[in-house]
Amino acid sequence: MPTEVVWMMKVVRGFYSVAHAVKLCRPNVICAYPITPQTEIVENIAEMYANGEFENCRYITAESEFAAASILVGASAAGARTFTATCSQGLILMSEVLFNAAGMRLPIVLVNTNRALSAPLSIWNDLQDSMALRDAGIIQLYVENNQEAHDAIPQAYKIAENRKVLLPFMVCMDGFKLTHAYEPVDLLDQSLVDNFLPPYKPEAYLTTKKPLAFGCYAPPHVYMEFRVAMQNAMERAKSVMRDVFREWAEVSGRNWGGHLEVVHPDAKFFVVSMGSIVGLLRKVVEELRKEGIDVGLIKLRTFRPFPAEDLRKELSSAEKIIVLDRSISLGYEGNLSIELKSALYGFSAEIISMVIGLGGRDIPKEFLKDLIKNAILGKEGSGFKGVKEFEEVIP
Amino acid sequence: MLIEVRFHGRGGQGVVTAADFLAVAGFKEGYYTLSFPTFGAEKRGTPVASFLRISDEPIVVRDEIYQPDYVVVLDPSLFESVNVTSGLKSDGMLIANYPKGPEELKAKANIKSKVATINATKLAIEILGRPITNTAMVGAFAGATGILKLETLKKTVEEFFKGALIEKNKLIIEQAYNQMREVCR
Repeated sequence: MPTEVVWMMKVVRGFYSVAHAVKLCRPNVICAYPITPQTEIVENIAEMYANGEFENCRYITAESEFAAASILVGASAAGARTFTATCSQGLILMSEVLFNAAGMRLPIVLVNTNRALSAPLSIWNDLQDSMALRDAGIIQLYVENNQEAHDAIPQAYKIAENRKVLLPFMVCMDGFKLTHAYEPVDLLDQSLVDNFLPPYKPEAYLTTKKPLAFGCYAPPHVYMEFRVAMQNAMERAKSVMRDVFREWAEVSGRNWGGHLEVVHPDAKFFVVSMGSIVGLLRKVVEELRKEGIDVGLIKLRTFRPFPAEDLRKELSSAEKIIVLDRSISLGYEGNLSIELKSALYGFSAEIISMVIGLGGRDIPKEFLKDLIKNAILGKEGSGFKGVKEFEEVIP
Repeated sequence: MLIEVRFHGRGGQGVVTAADFLAVAGFKEGYYTLSFPTFGAEKRGTPVASFLRISDEPIVVRDEIYQPDYVVVLDPSLFESVNVTSGLKSDGMLIANYPKGPEELKAKANIKSKVATINATKLAIEILGRPITNTAMVGAFAGATGILKLETLKKTVEEFFKGALIEKNKLIIEQAYNQMREVCR
């Protein structure tokens, strides 16, 4: 029996862990369109809203994800703290608007319940959807469990709304694996969040008293400077995020690490991955170490801005690195692997890039353990893993 | 200690809720718990599975359960179409809604593990008026294994149901729990 159970800890579904945290952040406008496996997040929020649990807030139902994102662009530009959640086709449908939101420097917070992309249609989990928004100017944080998802929401607002940043923030949590899981979550209380997260006071917002334009026409002589400013904001976000992560550890007592979490930093071999699979990897790495294999683990939390310096530091003496991707840039290789290879340019470490678990294919522990072990022993190379033999029909 | 349980049933019988219910109840007794479903496109009548882990340490693994300690089957017809006992540990137990009794099921499922059965459909129809067998099997699981207390399950009912369904489900759980306790312990 565990001896210490924090009194606020409750067994809740992943959906609720997000909804509850959103409520505590006191958003002014919430707008979403339902899509599996995001639906219960907005259902829970809508229920809280209907019960009068939100103050100074409007919950707007939209006719599509495109509309939902558009409504939030208007609301955020008017100075509202905003929230939405989506995934997969919904995120892709939002994307035209989200690129704009980033360009207009609007600190919209969204939760993406990671799901595969069509076609063929899959409601199940992988990371392909958020990867498609890699270049949008949106901060991307990947979480391992529902406590981390819960804790990420107030931090997301604090980071996104920082004057040095002002960019949309996307919290990426695995669909089904996290959203549908019941597990203990230490639910935050209002006073902690209120002390941590001040109200959003934008410097520039839409008002008739001082008219402004957002996202207007930028001919060649000014456009490029806007993009440079966004890149600078992303760079500044790296240090703002470190500060906020540290502050969160102090006020909540839960330290999720920085842009990375490193387990066994002196190891010779490393596994690098992100999202809910990291839990399983922790177990696998410990089991392999008991077998005498000197392997460590890097959990990547921040994907954008990409913490290349942190990775270079942590992996400076690694001999072999195994990257586990749950998405692929078709025509090249796993997305995280591409980024890591670029970050480690000039290093001598061998990098093995594996793509697993697409479209919700389960990743059993023994399978994962064999993959990593064999890769370390030189018996397993890069590529798709866990694929059945099939005959490709070329018409 | 880590106990892994796999639930099988058909869409509409509350297979997902059964695992979730026990995750909430288990936590009330001081365990760390994790439950999650495997979803198809959820249609009434199609086979559905869900998973439950109960441990005295925080649970970090989220893969599906391939070598369960317990398999709980909510629908007797599943034995015709799904290999529900796949990977069941030899010292584990199959707890099934199966009116024809454990001996016949043991022969049919061809397993060495312990088998305990209950006519949950009958119990559900008598008390709920509908063949929704999840709460009966929740009670049966606790009665057969002794892992969770009846009182905890009854308290958990209040979090999952509203109105008249609270008392009805408490009754189902109690009856299933007692029936299984007599048979198994």
